[in-house]
Amino acid sequence: MSEPLIVLSGVTRTFGTGAAAFQALRGVDLTIEEGEFVAIMGPSGSGKSSMMNILGCLDTPSGGSYRFRGLRVEDLNRDQRALLRRHALGFVFQGFNLLARTSAQENVELPLLYRGETVEARHDAARAALAAVGLEGWGHHSPAELSGGQQQRVAIARALVTNPSLLLADEPTGNLDTERSREIMDLLVALNRDKGITVVMVTHESDMAAYARRIVRLVDGKVESDIRNAAPAGVVPGAH
Amino acid sequence: MIWNALLLALREIRRNLMRSFLTILGIVIGVSAVITMVTLGNGATRAVSDQIASLGSNLLIIRPGQHLGPGRDSAGAAAFKVADVETLKTQVSGLAAVVPVTNKSVTLVAMARNWSTGVTGTTRDWFATGKWQIVSGRIFNEAEERAGAAACVIGETIRRELFGSQDPLGQQIRVKQFSCEVIGLLASKGQSTMGNDQDDLLVMPLRTVQRRLTGSIDVASLMISVRDDASMDIAKDQVSWLMRERRHIGAGDNDDFSVMDTRQIAETLSGTTKVMTGLLGAVAAVSLLVGGIGIMNIMLVSVTERTREIGIRLAIGALEREVLLQFLIEAVALASLGGIIGILLATLASIGGAALMHVPYLFNPAINLLSFGFSAAIGVVFGYVPARRAARLDPIEALRHE
Repeated sequence: MSEPLIVLSGVTRTFGTGAAAFQALRGVDLTIEEGEFVAIMGPSGSGKSSMMNILGCLDTPSGGSYRFRGLRVEDLNRDQRALLRRHALGFVFQGFNLLARTSAQENVELPLLYRGETVEARHDAARAALAAVGLEGWGHHSPAELSGGQQQRVAIARALVTNPSLLLADEPTGNLDTERSREIMDLLVALNRDKGITVVMVTHESDMAAYARRIVRLVDGKVESDIRNAAPAGVVPGAH
Repeated sequence: MIWNALLLALREIRRNLMRSFLTILGIVIGVSAVITMVTLGNGATRAVSDQIASLGSNLLIIRPGQHLGPGRDSAGAAAFKVADVETLKTQVSGLAAVVPVTNKSVTLVAMARNWSTGVTGTTRDWFATGKWQIVSGRIFNEAEERAGAAACVIGETIRRELFGSQDPLGQQIRVKQFSCEVIGLLASKGQSTMGNDQDDLLVMPLRTVQRRLTGSIDVASLMISVRDDASMDIAKDQVSWLMRERRHIGAGDNDDFSVMDTRQIAETLSGTTKVMTGLLGAVAAVSLLVGGIGIMNIMLVSVTERTREIGIRLAIGALEREVLLQFLIEAVALASLGGIIGILLATLASIGGAALMHVPYLFNPAINLLSFGFSAAIGVVFGYVPARRAARLDPIEALRHE
């Protein structure tokens, strides 16, 4: 078997120093293979966000090691991590985080802009990504003109447009109603299944975690349980 | 990458059109003030030197008394006589003409209209020396000059004020107790830089003015034109020396007359306008600097306001230097835009101002380029701090920012 996509070994993350120091992660060991759909669950303060930031190369561990495709992330500098994010990662946030007063199309094109792709390549890729999330023809709308569900679809399109190896979703349905949440989850499941994109999702809703094929539960900065979900929700053949 | 950054910057400017406009207002005003001041100043300098040059660069003007400022009053210095003219002509070599001039303020009456002006009494050489052209009629002839005939040549302003649409030639103008016949009309020279109307004059033979108006044989000033092949400095020295002798001035005493050459007058006057131009330009440059601080202020606000956006950009893989470049280019684009608008405004203001001030409009590419370059540089200098602040943001913090 080839090298796992993600290997966390003994990862700790400490904020502050001395008496005020707070340990958000207290030695996390986790291996995620290419093509997995992992949900990370846990109560607030369990270290979900810290873990997400480290997985997303936005932050580095205080101790232990994070290997992304065998690459030691803690050894990379700020710009090298930015390049890693640019070429291998896609982010979906709870608050959508689209650029305001910027059309959906332009939002989706943004990562390609930093990759230095040509105008035409950007247009085509962004249009394709919008079509893949079911927003064909909505490209000229600004986020304010779109519903929450549509905004999150644009955000997913933006994460997809670079064909990332890993899609990190931080409470992707946190701001959506149940119906919209299901649609977004179905979309993530489909992307994982059809395109083989590894998805790591942080959520505190067990309904949403049920879509994942593996559920990792964090408590007090440690992995409490790591369960394979034999019958993930929404993966009914033909139901999509 | 630069092109993309420029595109992003322009998009951002367009997105906040009102704020962008207010941001660059300081630069717009600064640039247009600098360019307008310098352009008008240069125009005024040119106008002054043009006017002096229109008299010819080989002219000496002699007046009684010294005009050198307080404590050296010229009151009481004797006027010149016609005999001085003859002596200068015969004893100084290299002179083309020596022209006596006497002035008298009078009220003219003709066609039931009157007009107050100055009468110039002089000789035939005055016209050539002062580079005057005759549009119609003729100047007085030698016989009229010698006899002190009642013949006059009038300027354009007098023709307009007294005769309106009628042909002035052959008409009589009443000057105090006598009438003189209009025999010629001078070509218009327009307004001088100092704002006086050069066409408001009536020219008569010197003798006519002396006999019928001033009642004395005094000559107020002498205009001397030096031949092109002769040295101005030598002529000036010889004239001074001769006049000292004729006016019995002792070896240690100061002159009781002044000899100025046109080049000297031109230099003095244009020196003054140049200093003024420099001062006004410096004041305007300060306002340009203030405009730059305005840009920095808004850019800092903009970075705070767009913290989340910066976070998004960093999260999706923007490098520190790319964010820096984006904000820097935005500041430079704003400042340059301000520079361009400032140049356009300055061009309009300069053309309008030049027309109002009766000075030529001289497009000065150097000051335009300099102002533009300076405003772009202001964008770099005052945009750098906010841009660096944006680039150094922690993406996690920035994404959490509300």
